Amino acid sequence: MFHKPAEQGGKDPAAAFKTTLGVWMFIGYAIVYAGFIGINLISPLAMETEIFMGLNLAVTYGFGLIVSALILAVIYNQLCNNKEAELAASSEGKAE
Amino acid sequence: MPVVLFAAFVGLVLGLSFYFASQAKSAAGYYAAGGTIHWFVNGIAFAGDYLSAASFLGICGMIATCGYDGFLYSIGHLAGWIVALFVVAEPMKRLGKYTFTDALDAKFNSKGIQLAAAISTIIVSLFYLIPQMVGAGVLITPLLGFPHYVGVILVGIVVITIVASAGMTSTTYVQFLKGGLLIIFSTMLVVSTLGRGFSTTPDQGGKVPFYKYASLEASEADGRITPADSAWQFSGMREEAGQSLVKLLKDGKASWWHKQTGAETGKVILHETQSVVVKADGSRLINGSPASAENHLRQVGNLEIIKGKSGAEASTGAVGPAEFLADIGHRDTRVKTWKAIKFSEDDNQVTVYVAGLVPGNRILRPGLKFKVEGTWLQKLDFVSLMLALFLGTASLPHILIRYYTVPSPAAARKSTIVAIAAIGAFYVLTLYMGLGAMTNGTVNLLDDNMSAPLLARSFGTFLFSAISAIAFATVLGTVSGLIVAASGAVAHDLMDRYLGLNLSENRKVRAGKISAVVIGIVSIILGILFEGTNVSFLVGWAFSVAASANLPSIIMLLFWKRTTASGIIASIIAGVVSAMSMILLSPSMFRIYGLDPASAPFPIDNPGIFSIPISFAALVIVSLMTQPGQEKMPETAAA
Repeated sequence: MFHKPAEQGGKDPAAAFKTTLGVWMFIGYAIVYAGFIGINLISPLAMETEIFMGLNLAVTYGFGLIVSALILAVIYNQLCNNKEAELAASSEGKAE
Repeated sequence: MPVVLFAAFVGLVLGLSFYFASQAKSAAGYYAAGGTIHWFVNGIAFAGDYLSAASFLGICGMIATCGYDGFLYSIGHLAGWIVALFVVAEPMKRLGKYTFTDALDAKFNSKGIQLAAAISTIIVSLFYLIPQMVGAGVLITPLLGFPHYVGVILVGIVVITIVASAGMTSTTYVQFLKGGLLIIFSTMLVVSTLGRGFSTTPDQGGKVPFYKYASLEASEADGRITPADSAWQFSGMREEAGQSLVKLLKDGKASWWHKQTGAETGKVILHETQSVVVKADGSRLINGSPASAENHLRQVGNLEIIKGKSGAEASTGAVGPAEFLADIGHRDTRVKTWKAIKFSEDDNQVTVYVAGLVPGNRILRPGLKFKVEGTWLQKLDFVSLMLALFLGTASLPHILIRYYTVPSPAAARKSTIVAIAAIGAFYVLTLYMGLGAMTNGTVNLLDDNMSAPLLARSFGTFLFSAISAIAFATVLGTVSGLIVAASGAVAHDLMDRYLGLNLSENRKVRAGKISAVVIGIVSIILGILFEGTNVSFLVGWAFSVAASANLPSIIMLLFWKRTTASGIIASIIAGVVSAMSMILLSPSMFRIYGLDPASAPFPIDNPGIFSIPISFAALVIVSLMTQPGQEKMPETAAA
């Protein structure tokens, strides 16, 4: 038989934490993303406003969305790593 | 040089494929690279998968012609990875085995889900394959001199060979190689562009003399135009798309001019245009003379005024990254952009390309393509596109299957972060490459998809050869990944699971390879049919279909305990049918059909804002109607 039940990869004690964290970080980013769309719809001329170094709001906000995605991703990964290490340590402690 | 580098790349790619073919005998090896790929390699391969022809060719091309509006695709595509990382990555890895269908069906073992998800995978893959194949044809024409369809067929054959030889392992390493090289060479191109700076008479580093378009003074009386220069004879005038076009004759040769009348002076000025006339017998006139290797449309794109200055004093010399954007976006900068106006004259099909000046501050904010200041329908189209881009990434089959190539959920997470870093860096570069093409006279009026490679050519043969070869490898890699995803849906989800054929490992792999050949042939045909359409625009459709068909199921499966198998099936069907119907009835498709876009029954081009909620609603309603205990989820998948 070729197909077997989907691989579960073992129980992940940090899964609930990571899911909650991921959802909240997603919501936070989605709000910022929605803000970008909203400004374009409500006040498109505001996107021409110069913010710094001659760059306007459209460019600054666009680059900001890209850079903040990476920053949030790194923070998320670090928090997940910390939680996984903490839970692994506590489960090892219980085993001993 | 271009041909040698191109051949070397294709040879390298095929060599890698055949090498890994010897290591991929099992189904797990074919479809998921045995789940053994290192997270960093997988992350760059993600970038390789994702930075497809749409990103490199399409986005740069759209920025080169529509300014910031093209960059919206970069922002949306990158933002979509947040959904992939925070919501989908690890749960998908925990649930799945080889395909997206495995993950969706992990809790239910439902024949209906297997069938619906497999069909959805095939449809989304095909939608995504179209722009890749179009991009392939676009690249081949200037590189090897072949017609568009030859390029599409060539790519199809090479990709089918790759996929039919080794599957996901070779695809992964090809993507890793290509993703890395793409970012490195794009950075080189941007650095070169910044080093060149701006001029109002760009000559591609001295390689192509700047062409100054003529203007004629004229007078108008009784519907006739009389040029001050009597060498020109009036032949006709017409109003098309809100513009006055005048046909003049000189030495028996006809040419089209764009008439503008001074608001205060009433003075009539005729501006030179470019034109293509396709005669009833199929022959073509370019700018009034028969088309030939020497007589073709000139590449366009330049700044007429830079921060209030024109002529030699406007030249900037090398500029920094911020200065580059600030100079273009300045209120007193004027960018020359071109607009195509099509009409019939007698039995001839005429396209006149009319130049106009756009202030820099309008170039560097949304509005040239997506009318954010327009009607509510136009605004809705913009929101719909941004929604589909945001939600579509995490629903693309060829992205989803890459989560199964790494050994653990943590590796899936880490590879996604590497992908965000690599892809984010590249998308920042797209703004510079697109605007570089817009201001360096390297935009092809017939097909904006070639803007970035043509910008590279303005810096010399080596950069052009390297960039074109990488772009070609981009197409090869992405098409390979898509065909692996689609063939997996056919062989694994449909044949093995849905039909219950219980294929052996060897027969399963063979079925996948045969499926790959069939899907490859279908994609070749579609790639030829959609010639000339901006590939980013086409990818926007793929994202809409993916976000409508797949994302609601994934999200609700993970986060709503009352989701049932019937609800998932209904959601997929509703998403696919609604998104596809709206696309087929959209203004852009009507333009492709040769019909009046204004008569399209669905008034906007991007369906996501309707089709995604429809898919969610179908899932919720049907799940609530089908709540027998055996269908109810025992626990959230993520827990």
